[in-house]
Amino acid sequence: MATDAPPPSKEQHKLPSPEEFSEVQESAEFGELRRSYRSFAFPLTVAFIAWYLLYVLLSNYAGGFMGTKLFGNINIAFVLGVAQFITTFLIAWWYSKHAAAKLDPKAEAIKSRMEGGA
Amino acid sequence: MSPATQTLIAANEASEHRPLIITLFALFVLATLGITIWAGRQTKDAADFYAGGRQFSAFQNGLAVSGDYMSAASFLGIAGAIAIFGYDGFLYSIGFLVAWLVALLLVAEPLRNSGRYTMGDVLAYRMRQRPVRTAAGTSTIVVSIFYLLAQMAGAGVLVSLLLGITSDAGKILIVALVGLLMIVYVSIGGMKGTTWVQMVKAVLLIGGTLLITFLVLLKFNFNISDLLGTAAENSGKGAAFLEPGLQYGATGTSKLDFISLGIALVLGTAGLPHILIRFYTVPNAKAARKSVNWAIGIIGAFYLMTIALGFGAAALISQDEIIASNPSGNTAAPLLALHLGGVDSAWGAILLATISAVAFATILAVVAGLTLASSSSFAHDIYANVIRRGKASGAEEVRAARWATVFIGIVSIGLGALARDLNVAGLVALAFAVAASANLPTILYSLFWKRFTTQGALWSIYGGLIVAVGLVLFSPVVSGDPKAMFPDVDFAWFPLKNPGIISIPFGFLMGWLGTVLSKEEPDVKKYAELEVRSLTGTGAH
Repeated sequence: MATDAPPPSKEQHKLPSPEEFSEVQESAEFGELRRSYRSFAFPLTVAFIAWYLLYVLLSNYAGGFMGTKLFGNINIAFVLGVAQFITTFLIAWWYSKHAAAKLDPKAEAIKSRMEGGA
Repeated sequence: MSPATQTLIAANEASEHRPLIITLFALFVLATLGITIWAGRQTKDAADFYAGGRQFSAFQNGLAVSGDYMSAASFLGIAGAIAIFGYDGFLYSIGFLVAWLVALLLVAEPLRNSGRYTMGDVLAYRMRQRPVRTAAGTSTIVVSIFYLLAQMAGAGVLVSLLLGITSDAGKILIVALVGLLMIVYVSIGGMKGTTWVQMVKAVLLIGGTLLITFLVLLKFNFNISDLLGTAAENSGKGAAFLEPGLQYGATGTSKLDFISLGIALVLGTAGLPHILIRFYTVPNAKAARKSVNWAIGIIGAFYLMTIALGFGAAALISQDEIIASNPSGNTAAPLLALHLGGVDSAWGAILLATISAVAFATILAVVAGLTLASSSSFAHDIYANVIRRGKASGAEEVRAARWATVFIGIVSIGLGALARDLNVAGLVALAFAVAASANLPTILYSLFWKRFTTQGALWSIYGGLIVAVGLVLFSPVVSGDPKAMFPDVDFAWFPLKNPGIISIPFGFLMGWLGTVLSKEEPDVKKYAELEVRSLTGTGAH
């Protein structure tokens, strides 16, 4: 199984044993890291894809609504299109904030323990 | 003045200033060749060749990612699609950008933490190496070739505009030149050289686009409503030009095509091998995340400016002229530059030359990135791990990668003649559909689904790949349409131009089915290793 895995790189990190990985995977600390990653990233992914698909479907099947002019020649379609840009920027910023605050410290604690301590 | 003579004038204007165009382009080529040779001297081992030594900063890589991503499709294709179809063309910009969130939230960091050089590293991590790496290598090369096809089509289009050459011989000469340069870039400079080339190109492209955007907005006193209004009026389609539906709204089938395109765009990015391997060029996952953020900022700003490029072209150039120059609008952006400067003035010709040189640089850089991705995957996944069963030395791998570069270069030169009149953005969307069908399901299952097995991975890669490519083959893109690659024959029975709506769910379904029908047990120990590693970076290279 592991025999045909790629050879270790020149940068020597000590790779913990399979048992250690299994142990950590089942630990409460790692469970918490996984939960705070997944419970943030998964629903958010579903949400932005839904919001994007809503936009695509509206473009297809609600032409009249999308063509409603709001001011000058700017219509709802244009505003919703630009709104997709804005939500993308906001989500990227929000995720990065979450990752820096909630994920990085937990991940680093586990990593340094596994690479240094064992 | 008839549109045909207008175009001729564009070519003549260009030919009068051909020395300028050639000088600008030669400058870019010389500068990037210099960088390549310098980078080549610093490329000592496999980590240098494949991953640029992993020492690029998040900003540098963000810039390079943007350079790799903003291809001829974005610059020429989207501007053209908006110039002809108005609002419907804008979907490309939106889909291409939103797609980055999938890469940011689900793929970039785990990939950086668990792989070394290629997408196949992650796909094969806990699977049987040889079959999965063969599959990953195959799909990497297929996706990259679709993407290459689009870039080569863009190169051909530019040549006919600038040099007034419509003969196949002239186009093939230029395509061969592009292919040759790319072989030099990649085989000498490796990832380090290619990354620097991407950075230079990104700066040039953003600079050129900013300039055009500024000039367009200046003409309309920075009033976007005026710009849109003039575009609508000048297009001859009125308010409909600013509403969805001009390109895709005609029938139920074309509406389905729009959804299919939309899905392929948003799910494709995170499965593009030439984008994924960029995340290996930074020291760690945190830097990978930051480089995606930079990329989202840069790419987002660029796509916002496609509004000015596309609607600006529609407002300032007649539809007849745009279509006469290229039936899919691929030359709208350079034509816009010419018109902004003044059709009969030197300033117009200079702008045309500048923008065309930028477009050439764009194509050249993206072609280099794609070639690097495919030759890396060939050397690392197929040669080193399948053929040599993991016993090849780093030097042998790099040698194989260099040969693969030459081979892929020759293949792409050969393909360059095929796609002429197709919209470049539409062609790239096919690469996105194939990537989303064959690669994304396997990447996500591998990273997040404990039970996923080798059989699941193989079914999903090959299933997604075969259905996506097969449907394209029998679509109006290949035959049975005046703009098709083979317009004179008709074997198209699949009505949609983009296969995503069928092939992407199929890829996901096959991954699930292959897993639940699998007789082998999933390798739970390897998954423990992959999961811990992907989330924490333990043992990352």
